[in-house]
Amino acid sequence: MILLKSATVVNNDGMQQSDVLIEDGIIKLLAQNIDHPDADVIDCEGKLVFPGFIDMHCHLRDPGQTHKEDIQSGSLAAISGGFTTVCCMPNTTPPLDNPAMISYVREKSRLFNNADVFPIGCITCGQKGVELCEYGKMKAAGAIAVSDDGVPVGNGAVMLNALKYAKTFGLPLLSHSEDKSISAGGMVNDGDNATACGLRGIPRSAESAAIARDVLLAEEAGAAIHICHVSTAESVDIIRAAKARGVQVTCETCPHYFAATDDEILSYNTNAKINPPLREQTDVEAIMEGLKDGTIDVIATDHAPHHFDEKNVEFDYAPFGTVGLETAFSLAYTYLVLTDTIKPSDLCRLMSYMPARILGLNDRGRIERGARADIVIIDPDAQFVVDAEQFKSKSKNSLFDGWKLSGKITQVIVKGEIKKL
Amino acid sequence: MKRKDILGIADLTRAEINEILSTANVMRDMLDRSEKSSSLRGKNVTTLFYENSTRTRNSFETAAKNLGASTTGISVAASSVQKGESLVDTGKTLDALKTDVIVIRHSVAGSPRLLAGVVKASVINAGDGMNEHPSQALLDGLTAQRHFGNLSGKKVVIVGDIKHSRVARSDVRLFGMLGASVTVCAPYSLLPCGIDGLGCDVSTDFDKSIRGANIVIPLRVQRERIFGAYFSTQEEYHEYYGVTQKRLGLCADDYIVMHPGPINRGSEITGEVADGDKSMILEQVTNGVAVRMAMLDLLINGDNIL
Repeated sequence: MILLKSATVVNNDGMQQSDVLIEDGIIKLLAQNIDHPDADVIDCEGKLVFPGFIDMHCHLRDPGQTHKEDIQSGSLAAISGGFTTVCCMPNTTPPLDNPAMISYVREKSRLFNNADVFPIGCITCGQKGVELCEYGKMKAAGAIAVSDDGVPVGNGAVMLNALKYAKTFGLPLLSHSEDKSISAGGMVNDGDNATACGLRGIPRSAESAAIARDVLLAEEAGAAIHICHVSTAESVDIIRAAKARGVQVTCETCPHYFAATDDEILSYNTNAKINPPLREQTDVEAIMEGLKDGTIDVIATDHAPHHFDEKNVEFDYAPFGTVGLETAFSLAYTYLVLTDTIKPSDLCRLMSYMPARILGLNDRGRIERGARADIVIIDPDAQFVVDAEQFKSKSKNSLFDGWKLSGKITQVIVKGEIKKL
Repeated sequence: MKRKDILGIADLTRAEINEILSTANVMRDMLDRSEKSSSLRGKNVTTLFYENSTRTRNSFETAAKNLGASTTGISVAASSVQKGESLVDTGKTLDALKTDVIVIRHSVAGSPRLLAGVVKASVINAGDGMNEHPSQALLDGLTAQRHFGNLSGKKVVIVGDIKHSRVARSDVRLFGMLGASVTVCAPYSLLPCGIDGLGCDVSTDFDKSIRGANIVIPLRVQRERIFGAYFSTQEEYHEYYGVTQKRLGLCADDYIVMHPGPINRGSEITGEVADGDKSMILEQVTNGVAVRMAMLDLLINGDNIL
């Protein structure tokens, strides 16, 4: 039994001063001045208390690439970043494209009792974009969604059917929308900085044109679609217009798309090589506007661990991605809340409430009576310098290593259990 | 000059460029007198080329030998790279072999910087992807200066595959620093976005941009760097962007034609122009050796020279 005293409880619809009583993994009571003789008391005076964060988009590399990350290290890194639930993408080796693989991830994650790990199954077998996977059986085995993340479904007809088939089983489809014929060979955002350092550009339309297609396909299918890692101003506009039309579209962005620009590539830092690429200041502003007006529903990490040796190579040969689980909250707090772009309750909407709603995790995402006791306690005044070497993740490829951030996670509770940070 | 590496024109100051060019003039005079120097005796220069090259590699090797250095040529096709050795490990190995300078050419932009960060040896960028080719720009600058003297107010037109060209990026930066006005000219599909940010005018109309030009630099269409459809036919390309004797009639009275080579006769330049009396192509080759001698000498002997 845990009692949070004098907490500032943050939910998606506002903040309140309250004590919180947790028992049997459940939030038992929210009220002023709770006293309970048997409870372990955590003094939350001056702290912000959020429902545990839910990452809809991370890569845990298990099985097959466990030198980068595995389910144990990844779910521990998640806890360290305040994520009490994570959904891992299926581009493992081999990919999570069948019920047995889904069971493997779900069962293995239960051994560690860290963050709750939900596997995402592939849209197509082997992520090849041709045959649909067994969505019904994968869901029964524990898959929470389907996605071919990293390898977009190029064939429009396959995508249209995938949307309809996923709707049949009530599985969200998370779309990595990218037109590979446009982005082919590109390494960084196609813009002034790409030209200045001679790196091949990825035109913005590689993302926005594909999102336009996928949103139209979802509209035609009458199905829901969730667009992954939105990075350009045009993409935000397309999704905003689709929402206004009534299309069942939701989307996410990642901290690196509002906290950084493609200026980061000028030093050829391979940790700034990310797909979609870091964009320009005008895009950062559009992303912030989308976060503010609700066009963007979710902040996900796209946590993409890679070994040091894999990143310590020529820029073109380095894999795409930055780790993100252990910096996401503080980046969002520093760059969105402290800049008065959004309120803490908006951050709760983006990192807890909406991910839970989109994924159908109805027992979490809010601090309320009866909810699963997944809780993050934040010291909003603490500042710190990111030190990637201290990460729980096996990989240290952080774009944000050495950055000074505000808002530090002090305690994390998963299903009523206080976790060691 | 006190610096460990020469990775690009973007990193050099105007003073450093002047120092390299004035030293290169001394070296050129030495070459014309068929003299050699021993200023790099006991030093080793390694060429590490991940891309094919005839003139640049030979030019650096000749430059090193002219100064009394020994040279080592790592041919990537026959090296441990084929066994999966990384650039970082190759660099550390060369360092352990006690080489003094590594001259690297690589198809990936930024690779010389990666190498420079892990080795004690000086690193010279001999061309990295679409980024920079500083020794080429310096030899172009030397050739132009030796013809015109001061380049202030001179008009430079670079025409061709600007998008995929490291020479264009280095030349735009260098000629700008030397006071010339630079225009890059190509169809939009071969113009990288934001190239004007490097300090040049941008045009798609060659007949217009060549008017009054003093220095015309056609660039080869870099087929090895091109995937996809950037223009139609060689014939149409030549018609709109080829450097022909007729077009050169629009230049200023005093003009020169330079080309970084290798040339494709009948494509970006006619044979008549390449072999004509305004062509500096062979002069560039000789100046290339002089510039590279200057770069090696200044890197190794620092401010002891001059």
